[in-house]
Amino acid sequence: MEAAAAADVLPSGSSQELHVLAVDDSYVDRKVIEKLLKISSCKVTAVESGARALQFLGLDGEKGSLGFDGLKVNLIMTDYSMPGMTGYELLKKIKRSSAFREIPVVIMSSENILTRIDSCLEEGAEEFLVKPVKLSDVRRLMKDCVMRGETEGNNAGRRVDKRKFEDDNHTSSLSSSSSLTPSPPSTTAPFGGDVATSELVSSSPPHSSKRAKLHDGD
Amino acid sequence: MDVVNQLQRQFLDYSASLHREGFLDDQFTQLQKLQDENSPDFVVEVASLFFEDCEKLINNMARALEQQGVDFKQVDASVHQLKGSSSSIGAMRVKNVCIAFRSFCEAQNREGCLRCLQQVTHEYSLLKNKLQTLFRLEQQILAAGGSVPAIE
Repeated sequence: MEAAAAADVLPSGSSQELHVLAVDDSYVDRKVIEKLLKISSCKVTAVESGARALQFLGLDGEKGSLGFDGLKVNLIMTDYSMPGMTGYELLKKIKRSSAFREIPVVIMSSENILTRIDSCLEEGAEEFLVKPVKLSDVRRLMKDCVMRGETEGNNAGRRVDKRKFEDDNHTSSLSSSSSLTPSPPSTTAPFGGDVATSELVSSSPPHSSKRAKLHDGD
Repeated sequence: MDVVNQLQRQFLDYSASLHREGFLDDQFTQLQKLQDENSPDFVVEVASLFFEDCEKLINNMARALEQQGVDFKQVDASVHQLKGSSSSIGAMRVKNVCIAFRSFCEAQNREGCLRCLQQVTHEYSLLKNKLQTLFRLEQQILAAGGSVPAIE
């Protein structure tokens, strides 16, 4: 199996590896995501909590904002359900920081809940990936991130695109995960459990994000 | 070479049976594909982490269910975590028990939860044994000078 190298899609002459900050409270998931990213030629820093992530970024109030070893972070991938600070809360903090709001944030979740996906995208998440994350997901992210880096940064415009347009086929825009038909009201179980998933039988948009995939038993 | 072939066939047969019987799903195969020269023990390492996780979470659940007033949210949180890890490693039967387990947590059904706890403990130890057998076969193949065949 060929390695999906981020380096393959970088502009020629560039030898920079993408540096990804992965946040997940599960050991197993951290190990897997780390491997997926390394195989895709990324530098990885994997931390176990939102607090640690903020610390690494220097957003915890301490001085210094480039991370322990001064490496710029190009992408943040965070689990949604974590004790303490959720991925959603981490996302908000990052998007509200002037220093780091440009960094794309991807949310990963084992639960395919429309309201959850909507709120994450609304807060500025680039993508919402349903776990387990596959190599093809990471490859796609690498491509999107790199292409994104090549265009002029225009976050404001992208945010509007995300919410409104359904027929967006631009590979460079990351709105694939948001092209939804109006979401049905989701019944939230007491623990915000899997109940809503059974209602999710949307037809997959052409650039099918994991979100549309049905999970067995879920 | 004959020994290697035999072992390789054993490995493939055993692997196929684990999938057929639902112990493992495609996610496990995905993990096997990620293993390379840079991380030759990747799958074994992930499996070890998973089993540690299982033990810790099962203990948490047991303790929570022993309480006079069971905190079902706490039990559910542990089940949710276990469901997540089992999904990430491809431990399908464990994952499926977790799904049922969560329903009982939601319903605050202690009996149902206890049954699921028993089941999940059982499935976890079954899987652990089977994976250990699988990994042992891999080691035997390598020791005999062969290479572990890729699963499709």
